[in-house]
Amino acid sequence: MKKGSFVSVADLSKEDIIRLMKKTESFETNPNQKLLEGKVCATLFFEPSTRTRLSFETAINRLGGRVIGFSDASTTSSSKGETLKDTIKMVSNYADLIIMRHHLEGAARYASEITDIPIINAGDGANQHPSQTMLDLYSIYKTQGKLENLTITMVGDLKYGRTVHSLLVGMSHFQPQFKFIAPEELKLPDIYKQFLEENKIPFQEYTEFSEDVINQSDVLYMTRVQRERFTDLIEYEKVKNVYILKNCMLNNSRDNLRILHPLPRVNEIAYDVDDNPKAYYFEQAKNGVFARQAIISDVLGII
Amino acid sequence: MSPNKKELQIAALQNGTVIDHIPSEQLFKVVSLLDIEKLKTPITIGYNLDSKKMGSKGILKIAGKFFEQDEINRISLIAPAVKLNIIRDYEVVEKKLLQLPDELTSIVKCNNPKCITNNEPMKTHFQVIDKKNVTLKCQYCELKIKKEDIVLL
Repeated sequence: MKKGSFVSVADLSKEDIIRLMKKTESFETNPNQKLLEGKVCATLFFEPSTRTRLSFETAINRLGGRVIGFSDASTTSSSKGETLKDTIKMVSNYADLIIMRHHLEGAARYASEITDIPIINAGDGANQHPSQTMLDLYSIYKTQGKLENLTITMVGDLKYGRTVHSLLVGMSHFQPQFKFIAPEELKLPDIYKQFLEENKIPFQEYTEFSEDVINQSDVLYMTRVQRERFTDLIEYEKVKNVYILKNCMLNNSRDNLRILHPLPRVNEIAYDVDDNPKAYYFEQAKNGVFARQAIISDVLGII
Repeated sequence: MSPNKKELQIAALQNGTVIDHIPSEQLFKVVSLLDIEKLKTPITIGYNLDSKKMGSKGILKIAGKFFEQDEINRISLIAPAVKLNIIRDYEVVEKKLLQLPDELTSIVKCNNPKCITNNEPMKTHFQVIDKKNVTLKCQYCELKIKKEDIVLL
Protein backbone atom coordinates (compact mmCIF):
# COMPACT_ATOMS: atom_id res chain seq x y z
CA MET A 1 0.00 0.00 0.00
CA LYS A 2 1.34 3.41 -0.95
CA LYS A 3 2.03 5.09 2.34
CA GLY A 4 -0.59 7.53 3.46
CA SER A 5 -3.47 6.98 1.07
CA PHE A 6 -6.22 4.42 0.67
CA VAL A 7 -7.25 4.36 -2.97
CA SER A 8 -7.66 0.85 -4.33
CA VAL A 9 -8.02 -2.67 -2.92
CA ALA A 10 -5.38 -3.77 -5.43
CA ASP A 11 -2.79 -1.70 -3.49
CA LEU A 12 -3.33 -3.70 -0.30
CA SER A 13 -1.06 -6.59 0.64
CA LYS A 14 -2.21 -9.51 2.75
CA GLU A 15 -0.45 -7.90 5.73
CA ASP A 16 -2.25 -4.59 5.13
CA ILE A 17 -5.61 -6.38 5.15
CA ILE A 18 -4.83 -8.37 8.30
CA ARG A 19 -3.61 -5.22 10.08
CA LEU A 20 -6.82 -3.39 9.12
CA MET A 21 -8.94 -6.36 10.32
CA LYS A 22 -7.26 -6.23 13.75
CA LYS A 23 -7.73 -2.47 13.96
CA THR A 24 -11.39 -2.78 12.96
CA GLU A 25 -11.83 -5.38 15.69
CA SER A 26 -10.34 -3.03 18.29
CA PHE A 27 -12.70 -0.22 17.24
CA GLU A 28 -15.65 -2.55 17.48
CA THR A 29 -14.67 -3.37 21.07
CA ASN A 30 -14.03 0.26 21.89
CA PRO A 31 -15.56 2.64 19.33
CA ASN A 32 -15.00 5.92 21.15
CA GLN A 33 -11.29 6.62 21.08
CA LYS A 34 -10.22 10.26 20.90
CA LEU A 35 -7.42 9.65 18.42
CA LEU A 36 -8.29 12.52 16.08
CA GLU A 37 -8.39 15.24 18.72
CA GLY A 38 -7.44 18.51 17.03
CA LYS A 39 -7.60 17.06 13.52
CA VAL A 40 -9.81 18.32 10.70
CA CYS A 41 -11.10 15.81 8.16
CA ALA A 42 -12.63 16.89 4.86
CA THR A 43 -15.40 14.81 3.30
CA LEU A 44 -15.61 15.88 -0.35
CA PHE A 45 -18.61 14.24 -1.97
CA PHE A 46 -18.59 15.42 -5.58
CA GLU A 47 -21.33 12.85 -6.06
CA PRO A 48 -23.93 12.37 -3.34
CA SER A 49 -23.87 9.18 -1.27
CA THR A 50 -25.62 9.68 2.02
CA ARG A 51 -24.94 6.22 3.43
CA THR A 52 -21.18 6.28 2.83
CA ARG A 53 -20.79 9.89 3.95
CA LEU A 54 -22.69 9.36 7.21
CA SER A 55 -20.65 6.26 7.93
CA PHE A 56 -17.36 8.14 7.43
CA GLU A 57 -18.54 11.17 9.40
CA THR A 58 -19.70 8.93 12.25
CA ALA A 59 -16.28 7.28 12.25
CA ILE A 60 -14.56 10.70 12.45
CA ASN A 61 -16.87 11.87 15.24
CA ARG A 62 -16.28 8.71 17.26
CA LEU A 63 -12.55 9.35 16.92
CA GLY A 64 -12.99 12.90 18.22
CA GLY A 65 -12.11 14.64 14.95
CA ARG A 66 -13.86 17.53 13.23
CA VAL A 67 -15.48 17.42 9.82
CA ILE A 68 -15.61 19.96 6.99
CA GLY A 69 -16.82 19.28 3.48
CA PHE A 70 -19.72 19.13 1.08
CA SER A 71 -22.24 16.46 0.17
CA ASP A 72 -23.07 17.63 -3.32
CA ALA A 73 -20.75 19.21 -5.88
CA SER A 74 -23.48 21.49 -7.26
CA THR A 75 -22.84 23.84 -4.32
CA THR A 76 -19.09 24.07 -4.97
CA SER A 77 -16.66 25.65 -7.42
CA SER A 78 -16.40 22.44 -9.41
CA SER A 79 -19.83 23.36 -10.78
CA LYS A 80 -18.20 26.60 -11.99
CA GLY A 81 -15.60 24.57 -13.86
CA GLU A 82 -12.84 24.39 -11.25
CA THR A 83 -10.56 21.41 -11.89
CA LEU A 84 -10.31 18.58 -9.37
CA LYS A 85 -6.66 19.50 -8.92
CA ASP A 86 -7.49 23.02 -7.77
CA THR A 87 -10.20 21.85 -5.36
CA ILE A 88 -7.87 19.27 -3.81
CA LYS A 89 -5.00 21.77 -3.54
CA MET A 90 -7.27 24.28 -1.84
CA VAL A 91 -8.76 21.81 0.67
CA SER A 92 -5.29 20.42 1.42
CA ASN A 93 -4.49 23.79 2.97
CA TYR A 94 -7.33 23.37 5.46
CA ALA A 95 -7.58 19.69 6.38
CA ASP A 96 -5.38 16.86 7.70
CA LEU A 97 -7.14 14.23 5.62
CA ILE A 98 -9.44 14.11 2.59
CA ILE A 99 -12.18 11.54 2.13
CA MET A 100 -13.59 11.87 -1.36
CA ARG A 101 -16.22 10.43 -3.60
CA HIS A 102 -16.24 11.32 -7.28
CA HIS A 103 -18.19 10.21 -10.34
CA LEU A 104 -15.03 9.96 -12.48
CA GLU A 105 -12.91 6.83 -12.35
CA GLY A 106 -9.36 7.34 -11.11
CA ALA A 107 -10.19 10.64 -9.40
CA ALA A 108 -8.91 9.50 -5.99
CA ARG A 109 -5.63 8.17 -7.41
CA TYR A 110 -5.04 11.48 -9.16
CA ALA A 111 -5.89 13.42 -6.00
CA SER A 112 -3.38 11.31 -4.03
CA GLU A 113 -0.68 12.34 -6.51
CA ILE A 114 -1.25 16.07 -6.22
CA THR A 115 -1.40 16.46 -2.45
CA ASP A 116 0.75 15.45 0.50
CA ILE A 117 -2.14 14.81 2.86
CA PRO A 118 -3.74 11.33 2.87
CA ILE A 119 -6.62 10.62 0.48
CA ILE A 120 -9.27 8.03 1.25
CA ASN A 121 -11.29 6.87 -1.74
CA ALA A 122 -14.98 6.71 -0.84
CA GLY A 123 -15.88 5.59 -4.37
CA ASP A 124 -14.67 6.66 -7.82
CA GLY A 125 -17.33 5.96 -10.43
CA ALA A 126 -17.58 2.29 -11.33
CA ASN A 127 -13.96 1.69 -10.38
CA GLN A 128 -13.31 1.25 -6.66
CA HIS A 129 -15.04 1.53 -3.32
CA PRO A 130 -12.37 0.09 -1.06
CA SER A 131 -13.88 0.99 2.32
CA GLN A 132 -16.93 -1.12 1.37
CA THR A 133 -14.56 -3.98 0.65
CA MET A 134 -12.95 -3.60 4.07
CA LEU A 135 -16.30 -3.84 5.81
CA ASP A 136 -17.22 -6.85 3.65
CA LEU A 137 -13.92 -8.52 4.53
CA TYR A 138 -14.40 -7.69 8.20
CA SER A 139 -17.92 -9.10 8.14
CA ILE A 140 -16.55 -12.34 6.71
CA TYR A 141 -13.65 -12.39 9.18
CA LYS A 142 -15.95 -11.78 12.13
CA THR A 143 -18.66 -14.29 11.23
CA GLN A 144 -16.34 -17.05 10.05
CA GLY A 145 -13.52 -16.43 12.54
CA LYS A 146 -11.02 -16.40 9.65
CA LEU A 147 -10.53 -15.30 6.05
CA GLU A 148 -8.69 -18.40 4.80
CA ASN A 149 -10.17 -21.32 2.84
CA LEU A 150 -13.76 -20.16 2.55
CA THR A 151 -16.31 -20.88 -0.16
CA ILE A 152 -17.94 -17.65 -1.23
CA THR A 153 -20.96 -17.58 -3.49
CA MET A 154 -21.79 -14.35 -5.27
CA VAL A 155 -25.24 -13.82 -6.72
CA GLY A 156 -26.81 -11.29 -9.07
CA ASP A 157 -25.07 -8.54 -11.02
CA LEU A 158 -21.50 -9.77 -11.27
CA LYS A 159 -20.76 -7.72 -14.38
CA TYR A 160 -21.19 -4.16 -13.09
CA GLY A 161 -21.09 -4.78 -9.33
CA ARG A 162 -17.87 -3.11 -8.23
CA THR A 163 -18.25 -4.48 -4.67
CA VAL A 164 -18.08 -7.96 -6.19
CA HIS A 165 -14.92 -7.19 -8.15
CA SER A 166 -13.14 -5.54 -5.23
CA LEU A 167 -14.09 -8.35 -2.85
CA LEU A 168 -12.57 -10.88 -5.29
CA VAL A 169 -9.30 -8.96 -5.26
CA GLY A 170 -9.34 -8.52 -1.47
CA MET A 171 -10.08 -12.22 -0.81
CA SER A 172 -7.50 -13.41 -3.35
CA HIS A 173 -4.79 -13.48 -0.64
CA PHE A 174 -6.67 -16.06 1.44
CA GLN A 175 -7.12 -19.20 -0.73
CA PRO A 176 -10.86 -18.82 -1.31
CA GLN A 177 -13.15 -20.77 -3.59
CA PHE A 178 -15.79 -18.85 -5.52
CA LYS A 179 -19.14 -19.75 -6.99
CA PHE A 180 -20.74 -17.21 -9.29
CA ILE A 181 -24.47 -17.18 -9.95
CA ALA A 182 -25.63 -14.67 -12.56
CA PRO A 183 -27.80 -14.34 -15.65
CA GLU A 184 -25.98 -14.59 -18.96
CA GLU A 185 -26.02 -10.78 -19.46
CA LEU A 186 -24.50 -10.05 -16.05
CA LYS A 187 -21.79 -12.70 -15.85
CA LEU A 188 -18.42 -11.94 -14.27
CA PRO A 189 -16.21 -10.14 -16.86
CA ASP A 190 -13.34 -12.10 -18.42
CA ILE A 191 -10.63 -9.91 -16.90
CA TYR A 192 -11.70 -11.01 -13.41
CA LYS A 193 -11.80 -14.66 -14.45
CA GLN A 194 -8.28 -14.23 -15.81
CA PHE A 195 -7.25 -12.65 -12.52
CA LEU A 196 -8.58 -15.67 -10.61
CA GLU A 197 -6.87 -18.11 -12.97
CA GLU A 198 -3.55 -16.28 -12.66
CA ASN A 199 -3.86 -16.50 -8.88
CA LYS A 200 -4.89 -20.19 -9.06
CA ILE A 201 -8.20 -19.54 -7.34
CA PRO A 202 -10.87 -22.11 -8.21
CA PHE A 203 -14.31 -20.93 -9.31
CA GLN A 204 -17.51 -22.25 -10.87
CA GLU A 205 -20.19 -20.37 -12.76
CA TYR A 206 -23.93 -21.06 -12.67
CA THR A 207 -26.96 -19.43 -14.19
CA GLU A 208 -29.35 -21.24 -11.85
CA PHE A 209 -29.69 -20.09 -8.23
CA SER A 210 -30.09 -23.47 -6.57
CA GLU A 211 -30.17 -24.72 -2.98
CA ASP A 212 -27.47 -27.14 -3.93
CA VAL A 213 -24.94 -24.32 -4.42
CA ILE A 214 -26.09 -22.49 -1.28
CA ASN A 215 -25.54 -25.67 0.74
CA GLN A 216 -21.87 -25.76 -0.27
CA SER A 217 -21.21 -22.14 0.75
CA ASP A 218 -19.80 -20.37 3.81
CA VAL A 219 -20.73 -16.89 2.60
CA LEU A 220 -23.59 -15.88 0.31
CA TYR A 221 -22.93 -12.43 -1.15
CA MET A 222 -26.14 -11.09 -2.70
CA THR A 223 -26.31 -8.11 -5.09
CA ARG A 224 -29.06 -6.24 -6.84
CA VAL A 225 -30.05 -7.07 -10.42
CA GLN A 226 -30.86 -3.64 -11.85
CA ARG A 227 -33.28 -3.15 -14.69
CA GLU A 228 -31.18 -0.40 -16.32
CA ARG A 229 -28.29 -2.83 -16.82
CA PHE A 230 -30.21 -4.80 -19.44
CA THR A 231 -30.14 -4.00 -23.15
CA ASP A 232 -32.90 -6.54 -23.68
CA LEU A 233 -35.83 -5.90 -21.35
CA ILE A 234 -37.43 -9.23 -22.24
CA GLU A 235 -34.31 -10.83 -20.81
CA TYR A 236 -34.71 -8.75 -17.63
CA GLU A 237 -38.33 -9.82 -17.22
CA LYS A 238 -37.21 -13.43 -17.53
CA VAL A 239 -34.50 -13.25 -14.87
CA LYS A 240 -35.71 -10.58 -12.43
CA ASN A 241 -37.35 -13.06 -10.09
CA VAL A 242 -34.84 -15.86 -10.52
CA TYR A 243 -32.11 -14.45 -8.28
CA ILE A 244 -34.22 -13.92 -5.19
CA LEU A 245 -33.20 -15.54 -1.93
CA LYS A 246 -36.10 -16.96 0.11
CA ASN A 247 -35.90 -18.32 3.62
CA CYS A 248 -36.98 -21.82 2.53
CA MET A 249 -33.83 -22.07 0.39
CA LEU A 250 -31.68 -21.98 3.53
CA ASN A 251 -33.08 -25.08 5.25
CA ASN A 252 -30.10 -27.31 4.56
CA SER A 253 -27.39 -24.67 4.46
CA ARG A 254 -24.25 -24.84 6.59
CA ASP A 255 -24.53 -23.60 10.19
CA ASN A 256 -21.77 -21.07 9.60
CA LEU A 257 -23.37 -19.67 6.42
CA ARG A 258 -23.93 -15.92 6.55
CA ILE A 259 -25.78 -13.79 4.02
CA LEU A 260 -24.15 -10.51 3.05
CA HIS A 261 -25.47 -7.69 0.88
CA PRO A 262 -23.84 -4.28 0.28
CA LEU A 263 -27.33 -2.64 0.51
CA PRO A 264 -29.60 -1.05 -0.56
CA ARG A 265 -31.68 -4.14 -1.17
CA VAL A 266 -34.74 -4.05 -3.39
CA ASN A 267 -36.35 -7.45 -3.72
CA GLU A 268 -33.41 -9.83 -4.10
CA ILE A 269 -33.66 -10.98 -0.48
CA ALA A 270 -37.20 -11.84 0.62
CA TYR A 271 -38.21 -10.20 3.91
CA ASP A 272 -38.72 -13.59 5.57
CA VAL A 273 -34.93 -14.03 5.46
CA ASP A 274 -34.39 -11.02 7.77
CA ASP A 275 -35.32 -13.01 10.89
CA ASN A 276 -33.07 -15.91 10.02
CA PRO A 277 -29.93 -15.80 12.22
CA LYS A 278 -27.89 -16.36 9.07
CA ALA A 279 -28.94 -12.95 7.72
CA TYR A 280 -26.06 -10.60 8.41
CA TYR A 281 -26.58 -7.59 6.10
CA PHE A 282 -27.68 -5.10 8.75
CA GLU A 283 -24.76 -5.91 11.07
CA GLN A 284 -22.56 -5.74 7.99
CA ALA A 285 -23.52 -2.08 7.49
CA LYS A 286 -22.78 -1.38 11.16
CA ASN A 287 -19.27 -2.80 10.70
CA GLY A 288 -18.75 -0.03 8.14
CA VAL A 289 -18.14 2.56 10.86
CA PHE A 290 -15.51 0.42 12.60
CA ALA A 291 -13.82 -0.43 9.31
CA ARG A 292 -13.67 3.26 8.40
CA GLN A 293 -12.27 4.16 11.83
CA ALA A 294 -9.52 1.62 11.12
CA ILE A 295 -8.82 3.06 7.65
CA ILE A 296 -8.69 6.66 8.90
CA SER A 297 -6.34 5.88 11.80
CA ASP A 298 -4.20 3.73 9.49
CA VAL A 299 -3.63 6.37 6.79
CA LEU A 300 -2.82 8.98 9.47
CA GLY A 301 -0.35 6.58 11.07
CA ILE A 302 -2.14 6.71 14.41
CA ILE A 303 -1.81 3.48 16.49
CA MET B 1 19.85 -4.42 -59.95
CA SER B 2 22.41 -7.25 -60.17
CA PRO B 3 23.19 -8.88 -56.80
CA ASN B 4 26.91 -8.07 -56.88
CA LYS B 5 26.38 -4.49 -57.78
CA LYS B 6 25.37 -2.98 -54.45
CA GLU B 7 23.97 0.45 -54.26
CA LEU B 8 22.87 2.43 -51.26
CA GLN B 9 19.20 3.28 -51.47
CA ILE B 10 19.78 6.55 -49.64
CA ALA B 11 22.87 8.53 -48.77
CA ALA B 12 25.06 7.92 -45.73
CA LEU B 13 24.97 10.08 -42.63
CA GLN B 14 27.90 11.83 -40.95
CA ASN B 15 26.48 12.36 -37.44
CA GLY B 16 23.05 11.45 -36.16
CA THR B 17 20.61 8.59 -35.85
CA VAL B 18 19.41 6.05 -38.38
CA ILE B 19 16.13 4.36 -37.55
CA ASP B 20 15.86 1.29 -39.72
CA HIS B 21 13.34 -1.50 -40.25
CA ILE B 22 10.28 0.62 -39.63
CA PRO B 23 7.20 -1.11 -41.04
CA SER B 24 6.22 1.05 -44.04
CA GLU B 25 2.66 1.49 -42.84
CA GLN B 26 3.92 2.91 -39.50
CA LEU B 27 6.55 5.26 -40.94
CA PHE B 28 4.58 8.47 -40.75
CA LYS B 29 3.23 7.64 -37.30
CA VAL B 30 6.83 7.23 -36.16
CA VAL B 31 7.69 10.60 -37.72
CA SER B 32 4.89 12.25 -35.80
CA LEU B 33 5.55 10.45 -32.46
CA LEU B 34 9.20 11.50 -32.52
CA ASP B 35 8.25 15.09 -33.39
CA ILE B 36 10.54 14.90 -36.39
CA GLU B 37 8.69 17.59 -38.33
CA LYS B 38 9.81 20.08 -35.67
CA LEU B 39 13.53 19.41 -36.21
CA LYS B 40 15.60 21.87 -38.24
CA THR B 41 18.43 19.49 -39.21
CA PRO B 42 18.56 17.59 -42.56
CA ILE B 43 16.40 14.48 -42.51
CA THR B 44 16.06 11.76 -45.12
CA ILE B 45 12.86 9.78 -45.12
CA GLY B 46 12.88 6.51 -47.03
CA TYR B 47 9.50 4.97 -47.68
CA ASN B 48 8.51 1.65 -49.28
CA LEU B 49 12.13 0.52 -49.63
CA ASP B 50 12.94 -3.09 -50.45
CA SER B 51 13.74 -5.24 -47.47
CA LYS B 52 14.70 -8.93 -47.51
CA LYS B 53 13.34 -9.37 -43.99
CA MET B 54 10.21 -7.30 -44.15
CA GLY B 55 9.34 -7.02 -47.83
CA SER B 56 8.82 -3.28 -47.55
CA LYS B 57 10.30 -0.99 -44.97
CA GLY B 58 10.79 2.60 -44.01
CA ILE B 59 13.98 4.28 -42.83
CA LEU B 60 14.74 7.63 -41.18
CA LYS B 61 18.12 9.30 -41.25
CA ILE B 62 18.23 12.22 -38.92
CA ALA B 63 21.34 14.39 -38.91
CA GLY B 64 22.62 15.86 -35.68
CA LYS B 65 19.98 14.26 -33.46
CA PHE B 66 20.55 11.70 -30.71
CA PHE B 67 17.41 10.48 -28.97
CA GLU B 68 16.97 9.90 -25.26
CA GLN B 69 15.82 6.39 -24.38
CA ASP B 70 12.38 7.54 -23.24
CA GLU B 71 11.96 9.54 -26.46
CA ILE B 72 12.59 6.53 -28.67
CA ASN B 73 10.57 4.22 -26.46
CA ARG B 74 7.53 6.21 -27.55
CA ILE B 75 7.63 4.33 -30.85
CA SER B 76 8.10 0.87 -29.33
CA LEU B 77 4.34 0.56 -29.14
CA ILE B 78 3.83 0.80 -32.93
CA ALA B 79 7.19 -0.38 -34.31
CA PRO B 80 8.72 -2.76 -31.75
CA ALA B 81 11.31 -4.34 -34.10
CA VAL B 82 12.94 -1.06 -35.11
CA LYS B 83 16.74 -0.77 -35.00
CA LEU B 84 18.55 2.43 -34.09
CA ASN B 85 22.06 3.11 -35.27
CA ILE B 86 23.92 5.97 -33.68
CA ILE B 87 26.34 7.43 -36.20
CA ARG B 88 29.40 9.50 -35.43
CA ASP B 89 31.79 10.44 -38.25
CA TYR B 90 30.15 7.97 -40.69
CA GLU B 91 30.67 5.07 -38.26
CA VAL B 92 28.02 3.17 -36.36
CA VAL B 93 29.15 3.70 -32.76
CA GLU B 94 26.11 2.21 -31.05
CA LYS B 95 23.13 0.06 -31.93
CA LYS B 96 20.00 0.35 -29.87
CA LEU B 97 16.99 -1.91 -29.71
CA LEU B 98 13.70 -0.64 -28.50
CA GLN B 99 12.10 -1.93 -25.39
CA LEU B 100 8.55 -1.49 -24.36
CA PRO B 101 8.93 0.48 -21.14
CA ASP B 102 7.23 -0.56 -17.88
CA GLU B 103 5.24 2.65 -17.93
CA LEU B 104 3.92 4.91 -20.68
CA THR B 105 3.36 8.56 -19.88
CA SER B 106 1.43 10.88 -22.22
CA ILE B 107 1.51 8.44 -25.15
CA VAL B 108 -1.72 6.48 -24.93
CA LYS B 109 -5.24 7.78 -24.48
CA CYS B 110 -7.50 5.99 -22.00
CA ASN B 111 -10.46 4.38 -23.72
CA ASN B 112 -12.73 4.98 -20.74
CA PRO B 113 -14.69 8.22 -21.28
CA LYS B 114 -15.35 8.36 -17.52
CA CYS B 115 -11.65 8.17 -16.69
CA ILE B 116 -10.30 11.22 -14.88
CA THR B 117 -7.56 11.55 -17.55
CA ASN B 118 -10.23 12.33 -20.17
CA ASN B 119 -11.81 14.99 -17.97
CA GLU B 120 -8.91 16.90 -16.37
CA PRO B 121 -5.97 18.71 -17.95
CA MET B 122 -3.42 16.03 -16.96
CA LYS B 123 -1.01 13.43 -18.31
CA THR B 124 -2.02 9.83 -18.89
CA HIS B 125 -0.07 7.03 -17.20
CA PHE B 126 -0.24 3.39 -18.17
CA GLN B 127 1.52 0.37 -16.71
CA VAL B 128 2.56 -2.25 -19.26
CA ILE B 129 1.23 -5.33 -17.48
CA ASP B 130 1.97 -7.81 -20.28
CA LYS B 131 4.95 -6.98 -22.51
CA LYS B 132 4.58 -10.03 -24.75
CA ASN B 133 0.95 -9.48 -25.72
CA VAL B 134 1.10 -5.72 -25.07
CA THR B 135 -1.59 -5.14 -22.45
CA LEU B 136 -1.76 -1.80 -20.68
CA LYS B 137 -3.47 -0.77 -17.47
CA CYS B 138 -4.55 2.78 -16.76
CA GLN B 139 -2.96 3.97 -13.53
CA TYR B 140 -6.13 5.91 -12.71
CA CYS B 141 -9.32 4.11 -13.70
CA GLU B 142 -7.52 0.70 -13.80
CA LEU B 143 -8.95 -0.13 -17.24
CA LYS B 144 -6.98 -2.83 -19.04
CA ILE B 145 -6.39 -2.15 -22.73
CA LYS B 146 -5.39 -4.83 -25.23
CA LYS B 147 -2.96 -4.14 -28.08
CA GLU B 148 -5.63 -3.86 -30.78
CA ASP B 149 -7.59 -1.29 -28.75
CA ILE B 150 -4.68 1.07 -28.02
CA VAL B 151 -5.32 4.65 -29.13
CA LEU B 152 -2.38 7.05 -29.22
CA LEU B 153 -2.72 10.60 -27.97
